[in-house]
Amino acid sequence: MDLSFGAEYDEFRTEVKQFIAASSDKSPKQAGIGNAEAIAWQKILINNGYAARTIPTEYGGFGAEPDIIESRIISEEFSNAQISTGLGGQGISMLTPVLLEMGTEEQKQQFIKPTIHGEMIWCQGYSEPGAGSDLASLTTKAELDGDEWVINGQKIWTSTAHLADWIFCLVRTEPEAPKHQGISFLLFSMDTPGIDIRPLVDMTGDANFNEVFFTDVRVPKDQIVGQRGQGWQVANAILGHERGSLAPPDAALSRLNGVIKLMNSESVNGERVIDNPVFRDRLMKIQGRVLAMKCNDMRLLSARINKGQDAKLAGMIVKLLGTELRHELESLAIDVMGEIGIAYGDNPYLRGNGSWQYQYMYFLGLIIGGGTSQIQKNIISERGLGMPREPKPAAKANAS
Amino acid sequence: MEFGLSSEQILLQDSVNRFLTEQVPLDVVRKIATDDSSDANCWGGLTDLGIPGLLISEANGGLGLSSLDAAVVSELLGYHVTPSPFISSSVIAPATMQAAGRGEDLLGSVATGETRIGIAFAEGIASRNNAGLSVDGGKLSGKSLFALDSDANYYLISTSTQEIYLVDASARGLSRSSLTTVDRTRSTCELTYDKVDALLISDDPEVFRVALDAGLVSLSADTLGASQCALDQAVTYAGQREQFKRVIASFQAVKHMCAEMVASLEPCRSMVWYAAHALEEIPQESTMMASHTKAHLSEVGQFVTRTATEVHGGMGFTDLVGLHYWFKRAGFNRQLLGSPELLRERAARIQGLTA
Repeated sequence: MDLSFGAEYDEFRTEVKQFIAASSDKSPKQAGIGNAEAIAWQKILINNGYAARTIPTEYGGFGAEPDIIESRIISEEFSNAQISTGLGGQGISMLTPVLLEMGTEEQKQQFIKPTIHGEMIWCQGYSEPGAGSDLASLTTKAELDGDEWVINGQKIWTSTAHLADWIFCLVRTEPEAPKHQGISFLLFSMDTPGIDIRPLVDMTGDANFNEVFFTDVRVPKDQIVGQRGQGWQVANAILGHERGSLAPPDAALSRLNGVIKLMNSESVNGERVIDNPVFRDRLMKIQGRVLAMKCNDMRLLSARINKGQDAKLAGMIVKLLGTELRHELESLAIDVMGEIGIAYGDNPYLRGNGSWQYQYMYFLGLIIGGGTSQIQKNIISERGLGMPREPKPAAKANAS
Repeated sequence: MEFGLSSEQILLQDSVNRFLTEQVPLDVVRKIATDDSSDANCWGGLTDLGIPGLLISEANGGLGLSSLDAAVVSELLGYHVTPSPFISSSVIAPATMQAAGRGEDLLGSVATGETRIGIAFAEGIASRNNAGLSVDGGKLSGKSLFALDSDANYYLISTSTQEIYLVDASARGLSRSSLTTVDRTRSTCELTYDKVDALLISDDPEVFRVALDAGLVSLSADTLGASQCALDQAVTYAGQREQFKRVIASFQAVKHMCAEMVASLEPCRSMVWYAAHALEEIPQESTMMASHTKAHLSEVGQFVTRTATEVHGGMGFTDLVGLHYWFKRAGFNRQLLGSPELLRERAARIQGLTA
């Protein structure tokens, strides 16, 4: 057991601290797509190697050798300083790694640089009204007509579609093939004629999601990643990226400290909530679970550094446990406030900018999105424990 | 950076696991639990592996290993529901005496397995049932409840003010009677004292704190092992048992129970490792981590052993399969040295969150 990163990384940490001290005033105050401050900050981060760190320079990145510990030190120091770690979004976190792995040279040249610099915003066209947990049953079809794909169908839960310049999209190109082998991964501009975007308001009141309709959308034939029919493998590579990143324990730990502050400042009948043993026990219960996840995270980091350490199950449970835990943590904060906890919107009694109710609902969304908790349990039991899949229902006799 | 067991710790794990698998399987445990035999043979075998002296310093005649090594052993003892005085004689007693710097002369014979030291700490943690102890002029009167190990040669006894005394089990004025608990793999007893000669080991609450933390982590590791074994048995059973012409492991309801057990248990392994490591290496976190770890493992242990029993259906309820040994082991560990509510309050107190 050795929890230190070693003296050889001390110098690197000092460099990061010095950068933060000199530059943190340029960190954007407001997140949000298209924010000029955020785009300028992203450029500074890339030039100094604190964003797009391992992406090759010919594609607009910093070009460093991958080093898990260096990445961890950067994220720790940025988190301590509470400054922005740069732009996120599905183009950066999901499409870029896929293009690096499976894209053609032309695609890498064309897309990666503007994407990581925040000049090209992407959305993800995966889910459909009839293809949620059973994503591979998607029916949006693309038919080849000369040198173009012609796309018809509908996507749903498409985050930021209304702001996106481009979409990476799963479509059925081989209707006769088994469902996992008939899908292709296409890239196209959201300005292409035939795309209709309708906002989908969620329970928080935001409209980050959309429904996207395609009617005879024509896309050049070569805007495909991987081969025809390989889209499922491409998509799965990205879903792996998505799951691990949904509920990091450090964020839960920082949120938990927020609950402790809240319990010190809120009172009920003149007594601070922290002095009420029932509430305190709930707090301690959640703290214990957050600490367990934090330890689990150290084990996962270690397994990435030290080949041969087995942490397969420890990784599989993160999405399930992390999202459920955050939902409960936010729920405790609301209960701590009682009636004040239901304040929302422009209510003058709002605490923490309304973030407790917002996150409470937002994390319910994350429990469902990115593979529901129930799908996670299927994955854990089947791929983690080797339990058999649910048998296919027998074909109905005398089906007409 | 390496978060996990060293190659030496994995070797230790392998050798203890091999011994317990081969020499102390469930039918041997049953014999000990039903009073058909004692745990002496088992403890003798563990002594051959150096286990009793694991935490005893080399100067005191032991191996001088770390709390993480002890956690590895505790986990296996829980996994195999092994009857042994490990937690009392090999974890709490050395932790107490080495922190206090008194009574260490006994530890050499603890390391060789000749001497067993039992632990009667309940008064120092949560006094129940008016067990009231008093000490007057080096003489102990009153009683201790649920002292660990009915076969010990000595006992370390905590008063309600966390003073710790050593008494000889054969001392005049001491009487000992076994107390039956749900978990027959561990022996507990009631000690009554009538002016018994008692040697003060420590009147420093810090010593008590260190000893308690060591015991909490060890019990957590025991629960981790017991829960892991219950889960493994549930997955195996579900893969064999057929109903409706299918193995029950193919039913989503059963799979989800197993997935929930994995999800709650897997982070516990890292938590136990970290808490054990913190005992020696991160003293500023050790008490908070030990308290949280024992409380959390108690909750998870209860959930896992109960769910594993449910996966077994009616057979889980029988003595035939014997799954109840693991259920009871976790139930026993949950109450010992502080129930979850008391330990969470201890964690809050150490962070300054209590008024």
